[in-house]
Amino acid sequence: MGQFLQQLINGIQIGSIYALIALGYTMVYGIVRLINFAHADIFMFGAYMGFFLAPVMAKVFGGAFIPTIIAAMLITGLLGFIMEKLAYRPLRYKSRLSALITALGVSIFLENFCAMDFVLFGVHFVFGPTYRKFPDLIVAKNIPIPGNLGLNISNVLLLDVGVSVILMVLLFWFVNKTLIGKQMRAVAFDKPTASLMGINIDVVISTAFIVGPALAGAGGILYGTTYGMLASPFLGIWPGLKAFIAAVLGGIGNIPGAVLGAYIMGISEAFATSVNSNLGYGMAFAILIGILLIRPSGLLGKFMPEKV
Amino acid sequence: MTFLRTHRTLATVIAFVLAYVIIKVLSILPLNNGDPLLNAYYIQLIMLAGINIVMTVSLGMVNGFTGQFSIGHAGFMAVGAYTSAMITTVWLHTSTANPWVGYPVFIVAILAGGLLAAAAGYLVGAPSLRLKGDYLAIVTLSANELIRTVIRVTEVLGGPRGLGGIPKFTTLEIVFVFAVVSVVLMRNYLFSSHGRSMKAVRDSEIAAESTGINTTRQKVFVFVFSAFFAGVSGGVFAHLLQFIHPDNFSFMKSLEYLIYLYVGGSTSISGAIVGPAIFTLLPELMRGLQKWRLVIYPLILILTMIFRTEGIMGLKEFSFILIPQHQRKEVSA
Repeated sequence: MGQFLQQLINGIQIGSIYALIALGYTMVYGIVRLINFAHADIFMFGAYMGFFLAPVMAKVFGGAFIPTIIAAMLITGLLGFIMEKLAYRPLRYKSRLSALITALGVSIFLENFCAMDFVLFGVHFVFGPTYRKFPDLIVAKNIPIPGNLGLNISNVLLLDVGVSVILMVLLFWFVNKTLIGKQMRAVAFDKPTASLMGINIDVVISTAFIVGPALAGAGGILYGTTYGMLASPFLGIWPGLKAFIAAVLGGIGNIPGAVLGAYIMGISEAFATSVNSNLGYGMAFAILIGILLIRPSGLLGKFMPEKV
Repeated sequence: MTFLRTHRTLATVIAFVLAYVIIKVLSILPLNNGDPLLNAYYIQLIMLAGINIVMTVSLGMVNGFTGQFSIGHAGFMAVGAYTSAMITTVWLHTSTANPWVGYPVFIVAILAGGLLAAAAGYLVGAPSLRLKGDYLAIVTLSANELIRTVIRVTEVLGGPRGLGGIPKFTTLEIVFVFAVVSVVLMRNYLFSSHGRSMKAVRDSEIAAESTGINTTRQKVFVFVFSAFFAGVSGGVFAHLLQFIHPDNFSFMKSLEYLIYLYVGGSTSISGAIVGPAIFTLLPELMRGLQKWRLVIYPLILILTMIFRTEGIMGLKEFSFILIPQHQRKEVSA
């Protein structure tokens, strides 16, 4: 029982990180119908921003966590904005496949560019292919839970769950209560009509490409804090894939669905990993195939008949 | 010549044989300094280019001609490579010493690799190709990484150390025979009635369905067919390098094939031949940039998509693949 609850708690922790990534996938997909493969690398970028910014922030502000996460979110948001502007916007009215190919190209470019190791103007640029230790943004502490189950909750876990819940609440408020959020929903529902109603599509798409990557950046910081290390600039691939599967599981384009899917993914992965450390990968794949066979529109997604 | 016009298969074979003869002559004929123009290293590159051509043409069947988006082709290559290497190296201990025994085993092994890859292709394609949309992309991507992870943790397959000591069965001749047979088979399939159904599925899936094409079956069959060729290519590849490692078949490898395909031109077989030929031989001309290869390639891909979406060849085909439109009428008349 104690083991079961412990895995459940671990699953919720990793699920929170997946949720932050999955939200960006699902928002972008909902608005431009594009799988933004580069989203996983924006997540990676956010994690590395944490690595570089934390020492600076600790010096300037005294505390590291909150300034670092905000700065990383701003930078990844900017990266998303630039990415959309340079790579995706010229292709908006070309075939959908070419945008998808471009997204893949952007993803590989970011990964490999960041894996390069070069010195420019005396500054060691980019992240390099080597393993990095993530700075301790907070002092990790274990909080034993009273009772005889032997459960442990670390303060990192509370931080992960807390930060992601706060960001999710902010996102729900943003999408449901603000004018731009309303516009986003309108564009996701019907782009041509929304455009006829005087909504500036460019602004809405740019917003989605800022908000989504900013959440992924926050996810990156939480990832670094949780695991304490950054393996290589390719670290985004698996979390990104799992988050995307989570978004499909919840119903792609559906914001609450992405959160639900991410927690299901996280929890099932935690249980699979507790059996065998490599089973987690297989689990993600099994969930993906299962959802495609049983309910391709996702748990919370609506089935949309195709109009001719 | 009229006979050649009506028999493109023969024309394709002749084109490949001509290419082979030129390469062979260049690799034997000494230049002024006594060495031939193409040394063993260049021959190795040309062999790789041949394998890449088959990989790219087979990927083009799915991505270019059927309009799907498969991005994990290297996974099937891995299945073929490991299956064939296990058969020749670990189970049967074949060597190149006795070619009368070795080559039949090698051919059976690469075909077995192709069949297993096709089976993997069916497992991956059947659930995801029923649906419209981009599901195939994400399924193939996960399948590719999953296959690599499985190989990494399987001790029998060499795990993270890779599998070495594979006999070198692949020669220039083998690559040419393999390339010409594969390209001709795929070409004839693409210009058959099945090929026309595939193009119909690409251009409008709903319209294709309403004309009585079983779109799911068509898509799954093409995907399995393409996975088969990827598997065989993997086998040939393994017996060329003599050492395979799970990281040889990572998602980056799949991406290289996508770049070859889309830069060459995904909607033509000629594009799928030109792309890998250029990209396999090009880095040799700019050695200094070797390190930056994986940074520059994606940029080329993005720029191609923005400025020339249809790729280098577009819809054009070499005349040895397909007779140009304006000449076709004379023949039938």
